[in-house]
Amino acid sequence: MSAFTAGIDVGSTYTKAVLLRPDGEIAGRAMEPTGFRLAEVAERAFGAALRQAGASSGDVGYVIATVFGRHQVEIADLQITDLTAAARGAAFFFPGTRTILDIGGQTMKASRIGEDRKVKSFRLNDKCAAGTGAFLEKTARYMGYGTAEIGPLAATSKEAIPISGVCAVFAESEVINHLSQGVSPADIMHGAIVSLVGRSVQLMKRVRMEPEFTLIGGILRFERMAGVIREQLGTEVNVPPGEMVQFVSALGAAVLGRQRLAQPEQRAVVEAAE
Amino acid sequence: MAYAAGVDVGSTQTKAVIVDEQRVIVARALTETGANVIRAAERAFAESLQDAGLREEEVEFVVGTGYGRYKVTFGNTQVTEISCHGRGAVHMFPGTRTVIDMGGQDTKAIRVSATGEIIDFCMNDKCAAGTGRFLGAAAAALDIPLDQLGPTALAGERPVKISTTCTVFAESEVLSWLGKGKKIEDILLGVHQSIASRSVGLLRRVGIEDEVTFTGGVAKNGAMIAALTARLTTAPNVSEDSHYMGALGAALFALDHIVAHRAPARTGGAA
Repeated sequence: MSAFTAGIDVGSTYTKAVLLRPDGEIAGRAMEPTGFRLAEVAERAFGAALRQAGASSGDVGYVIATVFGRHQVEIADLQITDLTAAARGAAFFFPGTRTILDIGGQTMKASRIGEDRKVKSFRLNDKCAAGTGAFLEKTARYMGYGTAEIGPLAATSKEAIPISGVCAVFAESEVINHLSQGVSPADIMHGAIVSLVGRSVQLMKRVRMEPEFTLIGGILRFERMAGVIREQLGTEVNVPPGEMVQFVSALGAAVLGRQRLAQPEQRAVVEAAE
Repeated sequence: MAYAAGVDVGSTQTKAVIVDEQRVIVARALTETGANVIRAAERAFAESLQDAGLREEEVEFVVGTGYGRYKVTFGNTQVTEISCHGRGAVHMFPGTRTVIDMGGQDTKAIRVSATGEIIDFCMNDKCAAGTGRFLGAAAAALDIPLDQLGPTALAGERPVKISTTCTVFAESEVLSWLGKGKKIEDILLGVHQSIASRSVGLLRRVGIEDEVTFTGGVAKNGAMIAALTARLTTAPNVSEDSHYMGALGAALFALDHIVAHRAPARTGGAA
């Protein structure tokens, strides 16, 4: 097999592309704010990943699109669900993964996967911002901070202030009340994270979670998140290295692309190599 | 002449109403609640006194209502906003049996008796979906002033279908419709219809009995009145003072107190 494969994750907030070399190593990755022109942003992210890899689109043998905007990606050979992509991507880093928690800007997903890396059960929240990254973004914004500042801000907190976390809109008055009583923004941010994690644990319980746990999605960039999840679960959790937490689904799509390229005769080989 | 006042400290705006002994509104005032709730209540009351040309001591009794009612520090007592909206609506429209109140952060459905007593109520206090905030989010996303939302939506012809429930996500959905080339009028018409549908759902939970009276700040919005009318059997009553219904109810409760307090004194004098 001599071709690259690509995975493009068109998320609600960001679009991510990952390019795998023929040997299965990550050759390039790129991220763009999704906006509203989904086909264009997918191509832009793909192009940027190609440039990073020093490859051209002619080198790519198979493109798989995933997540909410996947059907708008005209350059894709195949579309797969977010859950399938996440399962493949999580297993790339942590083959023992059985439960995946994926928290993005506008969604939260919990899934349980089997030893065959297939999704056995899943639950998702995309109806209410209080259970997604948008809750943290809103909380930060009410205090005058941007999204990039959430991680560093929460990292300095000594103690989480309870935030009800029922509604991201109603949180505004709660946050303003706390600020007026002299509570530090860091402790409020930490409290919002504790509240969001509480919701995520509920979601994981509903898929009958079992170890190993792998956490993925843009919100896991905030270091405090993984720490609070460890505290609430009382167990160790896997987090993909550095910025890769955001690229797991795109990576999973690219991994599945390699398998597709190899089909049918080489399928067994790829499975063994993984 | 005795005067009574009601101060309704809402999540977004604070309203004050003064009534005379004949239950006629002699003054009203409206101010943004902002971060300092106590000051907002004082400001609204002071402005209503000024509007009426009255001195503070001429107002014998003040009732606070709304979510910030305990911050009406000069108030003599507090009454819940549910009771006040019911009372105000029945006073304005004696045929009222159901009240739909749409405020900045919550929407309430209230069923009342002929005398204005609360039979049942239901509100969305857990989530900002279907409240004035939903309109606020759409206005912010489309960058048009709140008071232009209704008139703009009324010009819509082919409403989009708003699929999000959450107010936070509505903002991005509105922008995505715009990105797909939909007209602002049609997007806003869709937003109004979505809120009206949720509100009627809330009304059904308390039971809809005619007449329905529409109160709260959003009742000034013509597109919302039209969207509600399309979903109800009859058009709702809407008063010019819809915004002040809670404060009016509070003022009427205050007047009750003045009258009740006086009656035994008079009897005592005669004895």
